[in-house]
Amino acid sequence: MKLSRDKLKSSFLQKVAEMSGEDIASCYQCGKCSAGCPLEAAMGILPHRALRLLQLGCEEEALNFDAVWLCASCHTCESRCPRGCDLSRVMEALRMIRLRGGQSPVHPQEVDEEILQRAPQQAIVSCYRKNIS
Amino acid sequence: MTARESARCLGISLEELEDWQCCGAVFPLATDAIINLASPFRTLASAHQAGADLVTLCSGCLNVLRRTNKLVAADAEIRKKLEDFVEMKYAGERKVFHLLEVLRDETGFDQLQKKVVHPLDDVTVAPYYGCLLLRPAEDMAFDHPDKPVIMGEFLRALGAKPVSYPFQTECCGSYLSVSSVDSTRQAASAVLKSAQAAGAQWLVTSCPTCLYNLELAAESLDEPPRLVYFTQLLAHALGVDAYLEENGALAKNVMPEVN
Repeated sequence: MKLSRDKLKSSFLQKVAEMSGEDIASCYQCGKCSAGCPLEAAMGILPHRALRLLQLGCEEEALNFDAVWLCASCHTCESRCPRGCDLSRVMEALRMIRLRGGQSPVHPQEVDEEILQRAPQQAIVSCYRKNIS
Repeated sequence: MTARESARCLGISLEELEDWQCCGAVFPLATDAIINLASPFRTLASAHQAGADLVTLCSGCLNVLRRTNKLVAADAEIRKKLEDFVEMKYAGERKVFHLLEVLRDETGFDQLQKKVVHPLDDVTVAPYYGCLLLRPAEDMAFDHPDKPVIMGEFLRALGAKPVSYPFQTECCGSYLSVSSVDSTRQAASAVLKSAQAAGAQWLVTSCPTCLYNLELAAESLDEPPRLVYFTQLLAHALGVDAYLEENGALAKNVMPEVN
Protein backbone atom coordinates (compact mmCIF):
# COMPACT_ATOMS: atom_id res chain seq x y z
CA MET A 1 0.00 0.00 0.00
CA LYS A 2 1.52 3.29 -1.07
CA LEU A 3 1.01 6.26 1.22
CA SER A 4 1.51 9.86 0.19
CA ARG A 5 0.65 13.33 1.36
CA ASP A 6 -1.25 14.04 -1.84
CA LYS A 7 -3.71 11.27 -1.03
CA LEU A 8 -4.72 13.15 2.10
CA LYS A 9 -5.79 16.15 0.05
CA SER A 10 -8.08 14.19 -2.25
CA SER A 11 -11.56 15.39 -3.12
CA PHE A 12 -12.81 11.93 -2.15
CA LEU A 13 -11.80 12.43 1.49
CA GLN A 14 -13.38 15.86 1.47
CA LYS A 15 -16.58 14.36 0.10
CA VAL A 16 -16.69 11.68 2.84
CA ALA A 17 -16.12 14.35 5.49
CA GLU A 18 -18.86 16.57 4.08
CA MET A 19 -21.41 13.82 3.54
CA SER A 20 -20.87 12.25 6.93
CA GLY A 21 -20.36 15.51 8.82
CA GLU A 22 -17.72 13.67 10.87
CA ASP A 23 -14.11 14.50 11.68
CA ILE A 24 -12.32 11.37 10.48
CA ALA A 25 -8.95 12.52 11.80
CA SER A 26 -10.35 12.54 15.35
CA CYS A 27 -10.36 8.72 15.52
CA TYR A 28 -7.44 7.33 17.57
CA GLN A 29 -8.13 3.69 16.73
CA CYS A 30 -9.18 2.45 20.16
CA GLY A 31 -11.44 -0.12 18.50
CA LYS A 32 -14.46 0.32 20.78
CA CYS A 33 -16.68 0.60 17.69
CA SER A 34 -15.50 -2.76 16.40
CA ALA A 35 -15.80 -4.35 19.86
CA GLY A 36 -19.43 -3.29 20.14
CA CYS A 37 -20.53 -3.89 16.53
CA PRO A 38 -23.26 -6.58 16.41
CA LEU A 39 -22.35 -7.50 12.82
CA GLU A 40 -18.57 -7.41 13.28
CA ALA A 41 -18.23 -11.20 12.90
CA ALA A 42 -19.62 -11.04 9.36
CA MET A 43 -17.70 -7.96 8.29
CA GLY A 44 -14.31 -9.47 7.49
CA ILE A 45 -12.40 -6.26 8.12
CA LEU A 46 -13.11 -4.67 11.49
CA PRO A 47 -15.10 -1.43 11.22
CA HIS A 48 -12.47 0.81 12.87
CA ARG A 49 -10.08 -0.18 10.09
CA ALA A 50 -12.38 1.48 7.57
CA LEU A 51 -11.73 4.73 9.38
CA ARG A 52 -7.99 4.04 9.36
CA LEU A 53 -8.07 3.51 5.60
CA LEU A 54 -9.75 6.89 5.25
CA GLN A 55 -7.22 8.54 7.56
CA LEU A 56 -4.46 7.24 5.29
CA GLY A 57 -6.29 8.48 2.22
CA CYS A 58 -6.75 5.01 0.72
CA GLU A 59 -9.69 5.73 -1.56
CA GLU A 60 -9.71 2.48 -3.48
CA GLU A 61 -9.51 0.28 -0.40
CA ALA A 62 -12.18 2.31 1.40
CA LEU A 63 -14.49 2.01 -1.58
CA ASN A 64 -13.94 -1.74 -1.71
CA PHE A 65 -14.89 -2.12 1.93
CA ASP A 66 -17.95 -4.32 1.41
CA ALA A 67 -18.82 -4.42 5.09
CA VAL A 68 -20.58 -1.07 4.55
CA TRP A 69 -23.53 -3.14 3.27
CA LEU A 70 -23.60 -5.05 6.58
CA CYS A 71 -23.74 -1.93 8.74
CA ALA A 72 -27.27 -1.82 10.16
CA SER A 73 -27.00 1.84 11.28
CA CYS A 74 -27.69 0.71 14.85
CA HIS A 75 -25.46 3.51 16.22
CA THR A 76 -23.85 1.25 18.84
CA CYS A 77 -20.44 2.44 17.61
CA GLU A 78 -21.48 6.08 17.88
CA SER A 79 -22.77 5.57 21.41
CA ARG A 80 -19.40 4.15 22.54
CA CYS A 81 -16.95 6.35 20.66
CA PRO A 82 -14.79 8.35 23.09
CA ARG A 83 -13.92 10.80 20.28
CA GLY A 84 -17.48 11.61 19.23
CA CYS A 85 -16.96 10.31 15.71
CA ASP A 86 -20.15 8.69 14.38
CA LEU A 87 -18.99 5.72 12.33
CA SER A 88 -22.60 5.02 11.24
CA ARG A 89 -22.51 8.29 9.32
CA VAL A 90 -19.12 7.51 7.78
CA MET A 91 -20.49 4.13 6.65
CA GLU A 92 -23.51 5.90 5.17
CA ALA A 93 -21.27 8.30 3.24
CA LEU A 94 -19.28 5.38 1.78
CA ARG A 95 -22.54 3.63 0.85
CA MET A 96 -24.00 6.74 -0.74
CA ILE A 97 -20.89 7.38 -2.84
CA ARG A 98 -21.13 3.84 -4.19
CA LEU A 99 -24.90 3.95 -4.69
CA ARG A 100 -24.65 7.26 -6.52
CA GLY A 101 -21.90 5.75 -8.63
CA GLY A 102 -24.38 3.13 -9.80
CA GLN A 103 -23.48 0.20 -7.53
CA SER A 104 -26.40 -1.56 -5.84
CA PRO A 105 -25.81 -4.71 -3.81
CA VAL A 106 -29.53 -5.53 -3.70
CA HIS A 107 -31.72 -6.04 -6.75
CA PRO A 108 -35.46 -6.12 -6.00
CA GLN A 109 -36.16 -8.77 -8.63
CA GLU A 110 -33.65 -11.11 -6.98
CA VAL A 111 -34.99 -10.87 -3.42
CA ASP A 112 -36.46 -14.17 -2.25
CA GLU A 113 -40.24 -14.24 -2.75
CA GLU A 114 -40.73 -15.81 0.68
CA ILE A 115 -38.90 -12.90 2.34
CA LEU A 116 -41.08 -10.39 0.50
CA GLN A 117 -44.19 -12.25 1.67
CA ARG A 118 -43.13 -12.57 5.29
CA ALA A 119 -41.03 -9.53 6.13
CA PRO A 120 -42.75 -6.38 7.42
CA GLN A 121 -42.87 -3.44 4.99
CA GLN A 122 -40.56 -1.54 7.34
CA ALA A 123 -37.74 -4.06 6.80
CA ILE A 124 -38.19 -4.07 3.02
CA VAL A 125 -38.39 -0.28 2.69
CA SER A 126 -35.36 0.28 4.89
CA CYS A 127 -33.31 -2.37 3.09
CA TYR A 128 -34.12 -0.84 -0.30
CA ARG A 129 -33.34 2.66 0.95
CA LYS A 130 -29.91 1.57 2.15
CA ASN A 131 -28.99 -0.72 -0.74
CA ILE A 132 -30.53 0.50 -3.98
CA SER A 133 -29.38 3.50 -5.97
CA MET B 1 -56.51 -1.07 16.16
CA THR B 2 -55.17 -2.95 19.19
CA ALA B 3 -53.55 0.26 20.41
CA ARG B 4 -56.54 2.45 19.61
CA GLU B 5 -58.93 0.24 21.55
CA SER B 6 -56.51 0.00 24.47
CA ALA B 7 -56.00 3.77 24.46
CA ARG B 8 -59.76 4.35 24.40
CA CYS B 9 -60.04 2.08 27.42
CA LEU B 10 -57.52 4.34 29.20
CA GLY B 11 -59.29 7.55 28.20
CA ILE B 12 -56.70 8.61 25.60
CA SER B 13 -58.14 9.56 22.25
CA LEU B 14 -55.91 8.60 19.33
CA GLU B 15 -56.94 9.99 15.93
CA GLU B 16 -55.40 8.44 12.85
CA LEU B 17 -53.76 11.10 10.73
CA GLU B 18 -55.81 11.35 7.54
CA ASP B 19 -53.05 11.59 4.97
CA TRP B 20 -50.19 9.85 6.75
CA GLN B 21 -47.51 8.25 4.69
CA CYS B 22 -44.56 5.97 5.36
CA CYS B 23 -41.79 7.79 7.23
CA GLY B 24 -39.19 6.14 5.00
CA ALA B 25 -38.25 3.59 7.69
CA VAL B 26 -34.66 4.85 8.09
CA PHE B 27 -33.40 8.30 9.01
CA PRO B 28 -31.05 9.51 6.25
CA LEU B 29 -27.54 9.85 7.70
CA ALA B 30 -25.84 11.62 4.80
CA THR B 31 -25.91 15.37 5.29
CA ASP B 32 -26.97 15.97 1.68
CA ALA B 33 -29.77 13.38 1.49
CA ILE B 34 -32.47 15.95 2.12
CA ILE B 35 -35.08 14.47 -0.22
CA ASN B 36 -35.42 11.47 2.13
CA LEU B 37 -36.64 13.85 4.81
CA ALA B 38 -39.59 14.98 2.71
CA SER B 39 -41.81 12.10 3.75
CA PRO B 40 -41.42 12.40 7.54
CA PHE B 41 -41.55 16.21 7.18
CA ARG B 42 -44.89 15.96 5.41
CA THR B 43 -46.31 13.72 8.14
CA LEU B 44 -45.12 16.15 10.83
CA ALA B 45 -46.56 19.13 8.95
CA SER B 46 -49.88 17.29 8.52
CA ALA B 47 -50.08 16.64 12.25
CA HIS B 48 -49.34 20.32 12.84
CA GLN B 49 -52.14 21.32 10.47
CA ALA B 50 -54.48 18.97 12.32
CA GLY B 51 -53.41 20.72 15.55
CA ALA B 52 -52.00 17.67 17.26
CA ASP B 53 -48.83 16.02 18.48
CA LEU B 54 -47.87 12.66 16.94
CA VAL B 55 -47.91 9.28 18.65
CA THR B 56 -46.22 6.25 17.10
CA LEU B 57 -46.48 2.57 17.95
CA CYS B 58 -43.24 1.68 16.22
CA SER B 59 -39.67 2.34 17.31
CA GLY B 60 -38.61 2.98 13.70
CA CYS B 61 -41.26 5.64 13.06
CA LEU B 62 -40.38 7.29 16.36
CA ASN B 63 -36.71 7.35 15.43
CA VAL B 64 -37.26 8.88 11.97
CA LEU B 65 -39.95 11.37 12.98
CA ARG B 66 -38.27 12.55 16.17
CA ARG B 67 -34.90 13.07 14.50
CA THR B 68 -36.50 14.86 11.54
CA ASN B 69 -38.45 17.05 13.94
CA LYS B 70 -35.29 18.03 15.79
CA LEU B 71 -33.43 18.71 12.56
CA VAL B 72 -36.07 21.00 11.02
CA ALA B 73 -36.35 22.93 14.28
CA ALA B 74 -32.58 23.50 14.35
CA ASP B 75 -31.60 23.91 10.69
CA ALA B 76 -33.31 26.78 8.88
CA GLU B 77 -31.72 25.98 5.52
CA ILE B 78 -32.95 22.38 5.44
CA ARG B 79 -36.34 23.49 6.73
CA LYS B 80 -36.72 26.03 3.92
CA LYS B 81 -35.85 23.43 1.29
CA LEU B 82 -38.38 20.98 2.70
CA GLU B 83 -41.09 23.61 3.03
CA ASP B 84 -40.61 24.65 -0.59
CA PHE B 85 -40.59 21.08 -1.84
CA VAL B 86 -43.51 19.75 0.20
CA GLU B 87 -45.39 23.08 0.02
CA MET B 88 -46.27 23.05 3.70
CA LYS B 89 -44.99 25.24 6.54
CA TYR B 90 -43.52 23.52 9.57
CA ALA B 91 -40.72 24.41 11.98
CA GLY B 92 -40.76 21.65 14.57
CA GLU B 93 -43.63 23.02 16.68
CA ARG B 94 -45.10 19.58 17.48
CA LYS B 95 -43.82 16.76 19.60
CA VAL B 96 -43.44 13.11 18.63
CA PHE B 97 -44.15 10.46 21.25
CA HIS B 98 -44.01 6.71 21.48
CA LEU B 99 -47.16 5.20 22.97
CA LEU B 100 -45.09 3.89 25.89
CA GLU B 101 -44.15 7.49 26.74
CA VAL B 102 -47.81 8.52 26.62
CA LEU B 103 -48.71 5.65 28.96
CA ARG B 104 -45.95 6.70 31.34
CA ASP B 105 -46.39 10.48 31.24
CA GLU B 106 -50.08 11.04 30.44
CA THR B 107 -51.84 8.00 31.88
CA GLY B 108 -49.19 7.08 34.47
CA PHE B 109 -48.15 3.47 35.02
CA ASP B 110 -49.85 3.47 38.44
CA GLN B 111 -53.16 4.41 36.80
CA LEU B 112 -52.59 1.83 34.06
CA GLN B 113 -52.12 -0.80 36.75
CA LYS B 114 -55.54 0.05 38.20
CA LYS B 115 -57.21 -0.57 34.82
CA VAL B 116 -55.71 -4.01 34.32
CA VAL B 117 -58.37 -6.74 34.34
CA HIS B 118 -56.22 -9.68 33.21
CA PRO B 119 -52.88 -9.27 34.98
CA LEU B 120 -50.06 -11.23 33.39
CA ASP B 121 -49.63 -13.07 36.67
CA ASP B 122 -45.90 -13.23 37.17
CA VAL B 123 -45.03 -14.24 33.61
CA THR B 124 -41.33 -13.48 33.17
CA VAL B 125 -40.95 -11.12 30.22
CA ALA B 126 -37.76 -9.77 28.65
CA PRO B 127 -38.14 -6.14 27.58
CA TYR B 128 -36.35 -5.71 24.26
CA TYR B 129 -35.45 -2.12 23.35
CA GLY B 130 -33.05 -2.69 20.46
CA CYS B 131 -31.55 0.37 18.79
CA LEU B 132 -34.16 2.71 17.45
CA LEU B 133 -35.84 3.80 20.68
CA LEU B 134 -32.55 4.74 22.30
CA ARG B 135 -29.93 5.72 19.75
CA PRO B 136 -28.57 8.24 18.99
CA ALA B 137 -29.19 9.12 22.64
CA GLU B 138 -28.80 12.84 22.03
CA ASP B 139 -31.58 12.88 19.41
CA MET B 140 -33.92 10.32 20.94
CA ALA B 141 -33.72 11.31 24.65
CA PHE B 142 -36.09 8.40 25.22
CA ASP B 143 -34.69 6.77 28.34
CA HIS B 144 -31.30 5.95 29.84
CA PRO B 145 -29.32 4.86 26.74
CA ASP B 146 -27.69 1.83 28.40
CA LYS B 147 -30.04 1.02 31.25
CA PRO B 148 -33.55 1.88 30.05
CA VAL B 149 -36.44 1.21 32.45
CA ILE B 150 -39.64 2.25 30.67
CA MET B 151 -40.59 -1.18 29.29
CA GLY B 152 -39.82 -2.87 32.59
CA GLU B 153 -42.11 -0.43 34.39
CA PHE B 154 -44.78 -0.97 31.75
CA LEU B 155 -44.55 -4.76 32.20
CA ARG B 156 -44.73 -4.44 35.97
CA ALA B 157 -47.88 -2.35 35.65
CA LEU B 158 -49.44 -5.21 33.66
CA GLY B 159 -48.55 -7.68 36.39
CA ALA B 160 -45.64 -9.33 34.56
CA LYS B 161 -42.16 -9.85 35.93
CA PRO B 162 -39.57 -8.07 33.77
CA VAL B 163 -36.21 -9.81 33.57
CA SER B 164 -32.90 -8.04 33.24
CA TYR B 165 -30.50 -9.35 30.59
CA PRO B 166 -27.39 -7.95 28.90
CA PHE B 167 -28.63 -7.90 25.28
CA GLN B 168 -31.74 -5.75 25.80
CA THR B 169 -30.28 -2.80 23.86
CA GLU B 170 -28.34 -4.80 21.24
CA CYS B 171 -29.23 -4.64 17.56
CA CYS B 172 -31.30 -7.52 16.07
CA GLY B 173 -29.79 -7.13 12.60
CA SER B 174 -32.41 -4.70 11.32
CA TYR B 175 -33.07 -4.66 7.54
CA LEU B 176 -30.30 -7.17 6.90
CA SER B 177 -33.05 -9.79 7.23
CA VAL B 178 -33.90 -8.84 3.64
CA SER B 179 -30.37 -8.57 2.23
CA SER B 180 -28.26 -10.85 4.45
CA VAL B 181 -30.45 -13.32 6.34
CA ASP B 182 -27.63 -15.20 8.06
CA SER B 183 -26.17 -12.05 9.61
CA THR B 184 -29.55 -11.13 11.01
CA ARG B 185 -30.14 -14.61 12.35
CA GLN B 186 -26.83 -14.44 14.18
CA ALA B 187 -27.51 -11.04 15.76
CA ALA B 188 -31.11 -11.87 16.68
CA SER B 189 -30.15 -15.30 18.11
CA ALA B 190 -27.71 -13.61 20.47
CA VAL B 191 -30.56 -11.46 21.79
CA LEU B 192 -32.90 -14.43 22.25
CA LYS B 193 -30.27 -16.58 23.93
CA SER B 194 -29.45 -13.79 26.33
CA ALA B 195 -33.14 -13.41 27.26
CA GLN B 196 -33.50 -17.17 27.52
CA ALA B 197 -30.51 -17.43 29.87
CA ALA B 198 -32.13 -14.82 32.11
CA GLY B 199 -35.21 -17.03 32.38
CA ALA B 200 -37.58 -15.09 30.12
CA GLN B 201 -40.75 -16.94 29.12
CA TRP B 202 -41.73 -14.14 26.77
CA LEU B 203 -39.96 -11.29 25.02
CA VAL B 204 -41.68 -8.00 24.20
CA THR B 205 -40.71 -5.55 21.46
CA SER B 206 -42.09 -2.34 19.95
CA CYS B 207 -40.66 -2.67 16.44
CA PRO B 208 -42.09 -4.83 13.63
CA THR B 209 -38.66 -5.49 12.12
CA CYS B 210 -37.24 -6.62 15.47
CA LEU B 211 -40.26 -8.90 15.88
CA TYR B 212 -39.74 -10.42 12.43
CA ASN B 213 -35.98 -10.90 12.91
CA LEU B 214 -36.47 -12.50 16.31
CA GLU B 215 -39.12 -14.82 14.83
CA LEU B 216 -36.58 -15.88 12.20
CA ALA B 217 -33.94 -16.58 14.85
CA ALA B 218 -36.43 -18.37 17.13
CA GLU B 219 -36.99 -21.01 14.42
CA SER B 220 -33.59 -22.53 15.11
CA LEU B 221 -33.65 -22.40 18.92
CA ASP B 222 -35.01 -24.88 21.45
CA GLU B 223 -37.90 -23.44 23.41
CA PRO B 224 -37.20 -19.78 22.63
CA PRO B 225 -39.11 -17.09 24.53
CA ARG B 226 -42.51 -16.38 23.00
CA LEU B 227 -42.49 -13.15 21.06
CA VAL B 228 -45.11 -10.44 21.50
CA TYR B 229 -45.68 -6.85 20.49
CA PHE B 230 -46.18 -4.49 23.42
CA THR B 231 -49.67 -3.48 22.26
CA GLN B 232 -50.76 -7.13 22.35
CA LEU B 233 -49.81 -7.36 26.02
CA LEU B 234 -51.56 -4.07 26.69
CA ALA B 235 -54.77 -5.14 24.95
CA HIS B 236 -54.78 -8.46 26.74
CA ALA B 237 -54.18 -6.97 30.16
CA LEU B 238 -56.89 -4.36 29.65
CA GLY B 239 -59.33 -7.03 28.51
CA VAL B 240 -59.98 -5.58 25.06
CA ASP B 241 -58.55 -8.57 23.19
CA ALA B 242 -61.87 -10.43 23.01
CA TYR B 243 -63.30 -7.48 21.10
CA LEU B 244 -60.22 -7.34 18.90
CA GLU B 245 -60.26 -11.02 18.06
CA GLU B 246 -63.85 -10.69 16.86
CA ASN B 247 -62.68 -7.90 14.57
CA GLY B 248 -59.69 -9.77 13.26
CA ALA B 249 -57.07 -7.41 14.64
CA LEU B 250 -55.12 -10.15 16.36
CA ALA B 251 -55.36 -12.65 13.51
CA LYS B 252 -51.68 -12.50 12.49
CA ASN B 253 -49.93 -12.45 15.83
CA VAL B 254 -51.94 -14.40 18.32
CA MET B 255 -51.28 -13.61 21.95
CA PRO B 256 -49.73 -16.59 23.72
CA GLU B 257 -51.82 -18.30 26.40
CA VAL B 258 -51.21 -16.91 29.86
CA ASN B 259 -50.42 -19.87 32.08
